[in-house]
Amino acid sequence: MRVVWDGEEVEAREGQTVAGVLMGLGVRSWRTTRGTGRPRGLFCGIGACFDCLVKVNGVPDVRACQRFVADGDDIRPQSGAELPS
Amino acid sequence: MSPIESADVVVVGAGIVGAACAEALSAAGRRVLVVDRGAPAGATTASGEGNVLLSDKAPGPELRLALASRRLWPQLLETLRAELGEDLADVEWESKGGLVVALHEDSIGPLRILTEAQREAGVDVQDLGQGAACAMEPHLTRAVTAAAHYPEDAQVQPVLAATALLAAVRARGGEVRGGTEARGLVVQGGRVAGVRIGGDAVPCGAVVNACGPWAGHFSVAAGAPIEILPRRGMVLVTAPLPRVVGRKVYAADYVAAVASGDVDLRVSPVVESTATGTVLIGSSRQRVGFDESLEVEVLRRLARSAVRLFPVLKDVPVMRAYGGFRPYTPDHLPVIGEDPRMPGLWHAGGHEGAGIGLAPGTARMLADLMDRRRPEVDPVPFRVARPALMAEVRT
Amino acid sequence: MNRVVVVGAGPAGLAAATAAAALGVEVVLVDAGAKLGGQYFRQDALAAGDRFALPVDVEHVADATVWAVEPVAGGHRVHLRVGAADDPSRTGRILETRALVLATGAFDRALPFPGWDLPGVFTAGAAQAMAKGQGVAVGDRVLVAGTGPFLLPVAASLAAAGARVVEVAEANRAVTGWLSRPRGAAAGGRKLPELARYAASLARHRVPYRSRTAVIEAHGASSVASATVARVDRDWTPVPGSERRVEVDAVAVGFGFTPQLELAVAARCRIEGGFVAVDAAQGTSVPGVFAAGELTGIGGAELAASEGAVAGAAAAKRLGAVVEPPLGAMARVRSGRRFAAALAAAYAVRPGWTGWLRDDTVVCRCEEVDLRRLMAAVDGRGADGVRPLKLASGAGLGLCQGRVCGRNVAVLAGLDDTAFARRRIAAPLRLGELAEEEPEVAAADSRESAGDRAFGQDLG
Repeated sequence: MRVVWDGEEVEAREGQTVAGVLMGLGVRSWRTTRGTGRPRGLFCGIGACFDCLVKVNGVPDVRACQRFVADGDDIRPQSGAELPS
Repeated sequence: MSPIESADVVVVGAGIVGAACAEALSAAGRRVLVVDRGAPAGATTASGEGNVLLSDKAPGPELRLALASRRLWPQLLETLRAELGEDLADVEWESKGGLVVALHEDSIGPLRILTEAQREAGVDVQDLGQGAACAMEPHLTRAVTAAAHYPEDAQVQPVLAATALLAAVRARGGEVRGGTEARGLVVQGGRVAGVRIGGDAVPCGAVVNACGPWAGHFSVAAGAPIEILPRRGMVLVTAPLPRVVGRKVYAADYVAAVASGDVDLRVSPVVESTATGTVLIGSSRQRVGFDESLEVEVLRRLARSAVRLFPVLKDVPVMRAYGGFRPYTPDHLPVIGEDPRMPGLWHAGGHEGAGIGLAPGTARMLADLMDRRRPEVDPVPFRVARPALMAEVRT
Repeated sequence: MNRVVVVGAGPAGLAAATAAAALGVEVVLVDAGAKLGGQYFRQDALAAGDRFALPVDVEHVADATVWAVEPVAGGHRVHLRVGAADDPSRTGRILETRALVLATGAFDRALPFPGWDLPGVFTAGAAQAMAKGQGVAVGDRVLVAGTGPFLLPVAASLAAAGARVVEVAEANRAVTGWLSRPRGAAAGGRKLPELARYAASLARHRVPYRSRTAVIEAHGASSVASATVARVDRDWTPVPGSERRVEVDAVAVGFGFTPQLELAVAARCRIEGGFVAVDAAQGTSVPGVFAAGELTGIGGAELAASEGAVAGAAAAKRLGAVVEPPLGAMARVRSGRRFAAALAAAYAVRPGWTGWLRDDTVVCRCEEVDLRRLMAAVDGRGADGVRPLKLASGAGLGLCQGRVCGRNVAVLAGLDDTAFARRRIAAPLRLGELAEEEPEVAAADSRESAGDRAFGQDLG
């Protein structure tokens, strides 16, 4: 399957999480904090810490470590606090 | 720090009302001890939205107290800044205004009648049509039929406010003791001579009952029962968002819910952003005693009403719900004053959901009465000896 | 109402569901994962099929988030959202039960240190989940640090996934050393072969394993480029002059585990010493609610499975099944707990970690609250309860709801840490999901209960 990361089509496999896809691409950080704009990415990896937030299909605050990719998903970095579009 | 062995005044309850009373009394030069059986600012105060509102009050004694309080808040914060410095005095005060919206054709009339009366009572309020309301709050539903804008409505973060007030009390030589339960009074010659704390008695000249929803319990322990009851409220908190709601926005039927004494659950939407980006969604009012269990149905109704008011919130995460008990009196007026049955025992409470906003005015009135000064706001409607509070002292 | 609902499909939940189903009662097993096994038996998500098989009559509800547990007359109501994680389109479901088994497990405890909020610092569990579940190593050169035997399999998984593990830093005594001492060996004899395997694997990969060593700082601009490790004393205070810089692009830290208590707290179960208090039948203080696995104490998969088997049988009995006390499993629980207690004492978090922090070290990652702001709330504002502390400092108010920072903040502020576990909304959901009409509650059948006694009492 293919998904879109930050505007570019990338390969993905059934069973991969968003974090799995991004880490596989060598991406370490995909969001910034809303207070100081510091980069964040995966931390706890099992859904507890809510640090790996990412935007999927226009919806922010999705945990990249918990969300399995679906064909055609539009995945974008999240900048601080965002509203759904 | 060695514990206070005696005090001029012991304030029982370290919520916002107790903290404000302690601040006002210590500002007047009294040596104050504040005790709380739990953590200071840890109960009702930690469950409030921080309303400093004029908009939800119809003309009458409570609105007069609210107007005085609204004038006092900025002065009080100025005093705290001067004494404590910026950081410790920060209470996230926001004079952001309130917007009351009508969602039906038939709620326009009652809203206009209310605003007209409020204007006559000295409230700054502008009547708005749908277009002006939506221009003010771009994410507001287009289903709004009319609105009223209250520029003076404001917000504080209640725990910051209470802890800053208590810090000022400590800075003036007073003491705040958490985890300390006042079990009753020491009475000599028919008046208060002290308060019983654990096995000890702390001598004092006056005791202030500021126990919030538990003020009725303490009044019984103090031998002068008054009728103060708990009403449960729940608030939903969203994840942090960009600013989506500029003011405190609520539906016109909120005013009716506030005034209601219904046993049943009442839910009317109150939506506002906080300084940290979260959106608070209230408000429910329910008489269930001190039952703390979660009721999912209450949360669902809050969510529904908020999405109706601000459709943009539909896909936003809600991360927290908190509930608390608000103290109300059967006649929906706070009680502020000395108990005629027990000289030296003072009550300050029964503010229901308005305690944050009304705290400075309440504290000033209490301090004035204790100093035998004439308060700015007529204290008679708030007196202890009124039929709704104490059946046995009918006047 | 007449069904056992098991929350969590790790070792404890699987065993509970299996045991209850074997006694002929209806069982629904609810889990957040797509596949069975939980964190411990983390399956390769990329592989086809499921390694675990449940009895056919157990309904497995995968991809399900329990966002609330509500006490109702006669039992509990479990509120679910089922579907893609954090997606607004999930569907709602309500399960009512008179026999609720909580097996919600635990997650890694991470201690703060300067730089721990840099991308490239992970929990040990994250490194493990990515390696085993996604086939990805979290870095090329990885430092594994913290305390406890779990660091060994994490390092082994990282090595197997292709990472170079530059060092395993154990802040307490060496695990292998402890297990070979009389007390450890007596308690954990069955663990020895497993840990010996990991140790051999690390030796094969030439991974240095150092005890009384801790990572006290991570460095880098936008991501980890190096870390400082130091020798620490018994209390974990760094030994001056022992600091070393190691070049790494990832740090995986684990300081034991924190139980997922919120559902137990919502069900009003009594919490003791940070864990759910249970009787010999895994019954909590609330009739009809059972707990098994890491919720009742950190003890590993074997103990969790034994507890699960006991809890499943007890839950079935509550629904009227005729149950012989599972004496074998109960005996394994007792010996497992002895090992767990010895392990907890040997690999406890020591107080010296608070000295690793600087004033500007973030303690709450969600709200970016640093130590200075936290202590201003404690000292300046006198916040001495969890709710006022959260609201006065901001710590614990973010989306994780204090899961990561709660215990650490409680230690720093001198408060009871389990108060952070009170989360009325156990997991975030979208406002629109909450606004939906309440899903229909599946009609309860009319099978009569045989009574409320747990078999712990039968054993007298």
